[in-house]
Amino acid sequence: MTYKHMIKYEAECDPKFAEWVTEIVGGEKIRQCIQCGICSATCPLSLYMDYPPRKLIHLAKEGFKNEVLRSNTIWLCASCYSCTVECSKQIKVTDIMYALKRRAIEEGVFAKGIPIPVLAKEFYKMVRSEGRTTESWLVVIMLLKTNILKIFGMTTLGLNLLRTGRFSFLKDSIKRKDELKSLLDSLEEAPS
Amino acid sequence: MKKYLYYPGCSLKGTGKAYEESLIPVFKTLDAELHEIDDWNCCGATAYMSVDELKAFALAARNLAIAEKEGGSDLVAPCAACYLVLSKAQQYMREYPSERHEVSEALKGVGLTYSDTIKVRHPLDVLINDIGLKEISSKVKKSLKGLKIAPYYGCQIVRPYATFDDQYNPTTMDDLIKACGAEVVYYPLKTRCCGGSLTGTIPEVGVRLAYILLREARKRGADMLVTACPLCQFNLDGYQDQMKRRYEEMSMPILYFTQILGLAFGIPAKELGFRRSIISANSALDMRGIVHV
Repeated sequence: MTYKHMIKYEAECDPKFAEWVTEIVGGEKIRQCIQCGICSATCPLSLYMDYPPRKLIHLAKEGFKNEVLRSNTIWLCASCYSCTVECSKQIKVTDIMYALKRRAIEEGVFAKGIPIPVLAKEFYKMVRSEGRTTESWLVVIMLLKTNILKIFGMTTLGLNLLRTGRFSFLKDSIKRKDELKSLLDSLEEAPS
Repeated sequence: MKKYLYYPGCSLKGTGKAYEESLIPVFKTLDAELHEIDDWNCCGATAYMSVDELKAFALAARNLAIAEKEGGSDLVAPCAACYLVLSKAQQYMREYPSERHEVSEALKGVGLTYSDTIKVRHPLDVLINDIGLKEISSKVKKSLKGLKIAPYYGCQIVRPYATFDDQYNPTTMDDLIKACGAEVVYYPLKTRCCGGSLTGTIPEVGVRLAYILLREARKRGADMLVTACPLCQFNLDGYQDQMKRRYEEMSMPILYFTQILGLAFGIPAKELGFRRSIISANSALDMRGIVHV
């Protein structure tokens, strides 16, 4: 039998990160977490995560910034809000996951082999310039930027969507693009 | 005639066209009109929130402000993600006044006002609570007797903000299916996650989640799954070829609850978006002696 090294040293904590976590939207109550584990129990994705939600919340609360931002947990969270609804301390776990995603993107720190940050950024750019999203374009851009070979696994789906008239390469957009742009620009410098 | 403001969202104009195509005639049959608001923008879905929080709420708030400008109080948002994001933006701005102030000021800068007067409504809520099961049952011309349906709500309609139904055991769609004469299959996974966008980004996880839902439905004898979310419909219908490659063939039709209602109301199938299904509903409908679509 082998025993995996799972020891975390207090010296590796980042107290500033621990402080930051309490200040984000949804993180106000994180210090009240009693580690009951209902979040992990109810999460349909916890069995695929390197740190299930209960562990991740504890790591975040203690300031293990590196482990938290590099975990695949934050990217596997599909926002089903089961944990948020079930938490006995009303900790908004889903919103904390969003804040951690943003922090990871900001710092350019990701779990290996996860294309989701690329998708999120491309989505963000498309909405900013067009006001709407065209799913076909998003998929193509994402595949080009991450793993072009995946296209072969998705050809049947693509053809099926074209056949049923659900996939169009015409870009959808709003009329008042300038209005949306200046709305978003005016929030550019605002403190978050 | 009852009038509602209508926010379709990107999916109902793209991969989820069949939802809009069936929603509008169903509402019309029930004497309810949907008025699409002018120049609406993407709600931001889950992805935008992962990049910028404040701007994500501004995006949602622009739509709410446009709805206010058009007059009326109830905005119907059929897509689960849109419904959640619009509701979430309202909740957030009530809880965090300084962020609300920033968003309101930014909206003012482009000539829009946000005063929190809009009620975001899901079609299930409108059908059950405004129109009522009695009225709906009275419009049923063609019973779907014999058809066994697993009702699948997905996560984002009922969690975390909806108050019109239960967060783990919602029943509004069950009641609509029964009103059509069909049989509701007991389906405890009705609010479990379909995989969301993970089907495309991490298929070994996302497609597996979708597959589990279909396998459970089949084990319980369902002829088909009926849903109220365009992403759930997309995942469960579109990824069956990958399920076949990875696990087994499912051949389970996935319809919108509005398509089922439309069929029971006697609206011609070609006006209800049935041709958009990748897995055709025909074998299931034929088997139960219901119209061929």
